[in-house]
Amino acid sequence: MFGKESSEKNCSAVESVLIEYLDGRAEPADRHAVEEHLKACASCRVRAEEFRSVWGALDDLPEIIPSPSFDAALHARIAAEPAPRRFWSFLPSPRLAFAFTALVVLSVWFSSGPRVMHPKVAQQDQPVVEAPGDSDFGMIRDLSVLENYDVVSKFDALSELPGPATAPAKEGTVETR
Amino acid sequence: MLDVKAGDEASFELLLRKYRSPLVNFLYRMVRDRAHAEDLAQEVFLRVYRARQEYAPSAKFTTWMFRIATNLALNSVRDNRHRQMEISMDQPVESGEENPRVMEVPDRAPNVEQDLVARSRAEQIMKAIHALPEKQRAAVLLHKYQELDYGEIARVLQCSESALKSLLFRAYETLRADLAPLVSPTVRMQRVQVERGEQPA
Repeated sequence: MFGKESSEKNCSAVESVLIEYLDGRAEPADRHAVEEHLKACASCRVRAEEFRSVWGALDDLPEIIPSPSFDAALHARIAAEPAPRRFWSFLPSPRLAFAFTALVVLSVWFSSGPRVMHPKVAQQDQPVVEAPGDSDFGMIRDLSVLENYDVVSKFDALSELPGPATAPAKEGTVETR
Repeated sequence: MLDVKAGDEASFELLLRKYRSPLVNFLYRMVRDRAHAEDLAQEVFLRVYRARQEYAPSAKFTTWMFRIATNLALNSVRDNRHRQMEISMDQPVESGEENPRVMEVPDRAPNVEQDLVARSRAEQIMKAIHALPEKQRAAVLLHKYQELDYGEIARVLQCSESALKSLLFRAYETLRADLAPLVSPTVRMQRVQVERGEQPA
């Protein structure tokens, strides 16, 4: 820090550590460098003396004594403070508070439970993207439709099934599938 | 403070007894109004009490407490919420009050003249401190009277240590000029010699 620079630079360097030096908190290397500089520089030496003198003057500043009513006034302000409110303050005991909190958390978790079990109920407002094979299961789901023979009999595929007594097909007619 | 956090009211009373005077004096030297200083000091203790459940010992209690105090004092000075009145040590307040609001000076000097000199000196020092910019003022008061280390003061003032040392240097430079009449005659003479380009003795 205090190499072979110019004297002005050294004065500037001393300024940055002068307070620590006067406080007795400077590093040993800095302390030695400041002392060497102060031997050579009258201006910095006098400044250091003036700082010491100011500190001595500041020591002469008397202390004031807090008024006798200080503590009483503070206690009155503390007593006037509203009691801290916590969201579980209406519950009489910590165990109940914990149980209540756990109940709330579980309720929220269950109500937003897994959607896989009820895909049709969960996403009614959104377009349903059918996975491959969904249509195959559609018929199985709509069993009430299958049980209605009038509806089922209209399906072309079922015309191949042997049904109740039927008249022989006339010549020239084409069987439709 | 951890005991206070655990609900020990007696520990809060201990903190109050220990820090009441340093806090009031710090705030008085910042705002230069005794009644307002006590009001601010009570506010500091009130905030300490309110925050006791959330207190975490990440910093020393004094650092935390003086940061609250400094912020309140700086806000008060900047807002000019109280009248910046010159407190004359010999001037009583309006008639009708029982106890004039004079500065209490410890009775070190039985001699009346010496006592007057001491009071005058104290008034000059208070005036010089109060003339400093508020952040320099806080830095000097914390450094000189509370004996906090540089790291603690820097945390209170929310600046770096190098910025703090610069603040302190500039503050003491100003004080050495303002308090020149109080500096020892020998040192004053040396300053005169230096300014003349002479080598002081």
